[in-house]
Amino acid sequence: MIKLENLTKIFETPSGPVTAADHVNMDVAEGEICVLLGPSGCGKTTTLKMINRLIQPTSGKIIINGKDTDAYDTVELRRTIGYVIQQIGLFPNMTVEENICVVPDLLGWDKVKSRKRAAELLETINLDPGTFLKRFPKELSGGQQQRVGVARALAADPPVMLMDEPFGAIDPINREVIQDEFLKIQKRLGKAVMFVSHDIDEAVKMAHKVAIFRGGKLEQFDSPDNVLAHPANSFIADFVGGDRTLKRLRLVTAGRALATGAPVVHAADSLDKAAGLMKEHGRETIVMVDQQGAPRGFVRLEIAQGRKGTVGEFHGALPATIGMQEDLRTAVSLMFMHDVSWLACVDADGAFRGYLTQRGITHLLGETYRPATQAAA
Amino acid sequence: MNAKLQSKAGRNAMLLAAFTLGAIAYASGLIEEILTHGPDIVYLAQQHMVLVAISGGLAILVGIPLGIWLSRPSMRGIAETAMQSLNVGTTVPTLAILALAMTILGIGILPAVFALWLASLLPIVRNTYQGLLSVPRHLIEAAHGMGMRPSQILWRVELPNALFVMFAGIRTALAINVGTAPLAFLIGGGGLGELIFTGIDLNETGMMLAGAIPTALLAVLVDYSTGIISYWLVPRGVNPLR
Repeated sequence: MIKLENLTKIFETPSGPVTAADHVNMDVAEGEICVLLGPSGCGKTTTLKMINRLIQPTSGKIIINGKDTDAYDTVELRRTIGYVIQQIGLFPNMTVEENICVVPDLLGWDKVKSRKRAAELLETINLDPGTFLKRFPKELSGGQQQRVGVARALAADPPVMLMDEPFGAIDPINREVIQDEFLKIQKRLGKAVMFVSHDIDEAVKMAHKVAIFRGGKLEQFDSPDNVLAHPANSFIADFVGGDRTLKRLRLVTAGRALATGAPVVHAADSLDKAAGLMKEHGRETIVMVDQQGAPRGFVRLEIAQGRKGTVGEFHGALPATIGMQEDLRTAVSLMFMHDVSWLACVDADGAFRGYLTQRGITHLLGETYRPATQAAA
Repeated sequence: MNAKLQSKAGRNAMLLAAFTLGAIAYASGLIEEILTHGPDIVYLAQQHMVLVAISGGLAILVGIPLGIWLSRPSMRGIAETAMQSLNVGTTVPTLAILALAMTILGIGILPAVFALWLASLLPIVRNTYQGLLSVPRHLIEAAHGMGMRPSQILWRVELPNALFVMFAGIRTALAINVGTAPLAFLIGGGGLGELIFTGIDLNETGMMLAGAIPTALLAVLVDYSTGIISYWLVPRGVNPLR
């Protein structure tokens, strides 16, 4: 969708030429969010602004939808690209409705159509159109303003969105909420998004691809997991932080770290059977499920061994369960909270699907570090 | 609450003072004396307002485009210098400008309009220029990024956001203009100055006041109506008063 080829920007300054972007090559597909990361002055914002020509490239090509953007009129080009900035930039003299309709009006849309679109977009960003359409920006909170900023960029349904630290000025709680909302919208609309950030956690959360810049050079362009697991050099390793493997927890769902062929027992089963299963699978505990397959409790090996009775009489309560789709960060947090080394993992219907163990997690995360031959063996 | 009470007390005191002054003036026969100039007041006030309207209108017509022009990025190099020379221009007393205008343009309405125009030009240019410069850069960047053309940015973003400051300049300019216009009489421009200066020369307080009081009232009226226009014309989102 967006393709940068050898994109270069050299600024002429009184102290000599400064290369702000040096032969940048990138490629962002439809539906993908690409986060540009790096310390300030690294060229990430310059690169972003060259795409809508707020900064004129010195050399190189920008191809959007297979078409070289040199062929477009700059102003026409910008109207087909959504643009969100950190300072939000809502026009204070216009109402929320007028702000959202800026680009549709520039494109000469029918007023009725564009006004209807504004109301729809407010619904999308969870603001009540009846309340907010006629308000002025100064009558909104910071979080509401930035939601409107995103809505305004989406108004003419541009295939490409450029976002320059869009959530940087919002308090951490609201930021999480707006990030989640944006991800939901993006999942539905499938734009190609370029997103400048300086927050590695935001990048890990939002990005399909991460581009890390230093001194105008694109140092690494890869999936968030690869950037965290295999930083290309020591600069990137430092930039993503010493706890980078912990950050990967967020990228993996619990379902992926499950041990397969998990044994279970039912309430009516004898303790002997439970102990036998545990020994067979080398486990210290076993989950008890009900008729529907939902986990109801668990039995320890030391309790089951040498006792007579049923599992139903001797089971203990499960401290917590984890959904297949939840990320490992949540899982590990639950484990720490309840001081346990494993969790029962359930699917969307609440049925037991397997054991999520600390060993399983470390094994999965460590897989990428083991040489290929060893991993195969 | 306290401030409200205070302002109410202040207003009452002012009303009382005005009433007392009026009573004293009436008792001394001054009001009668002033009213004998009635037809002159009406005629000269009209002349006065024509002077203000022409010179003020021309100042707006020239000052706003000039302020816009100076605020364009291409003018950045010389804009400050130009503003400084305009500043120096204002420090020249209007009386001196009148004298200079008279030497070049002769006597009558023309030099008077020119001098008043010059005196009210600066606040308009300065406020237009400053108002446009104080429009946040990120608004203009956002406007560019969304695909507005420079003229669209000027009309839809810059001017509406600078309007409040621009109106403050126009208001100041017109207040100066009405207050300075009596001097026009000195170079044959007419206006309420005729009553004021003749009254001074003849030592006739009534005649002097017949010019001075309407001048003051006109100044208040012009200021008030400019305020009302600015209140309704400046968009609510950028109008601190609404």
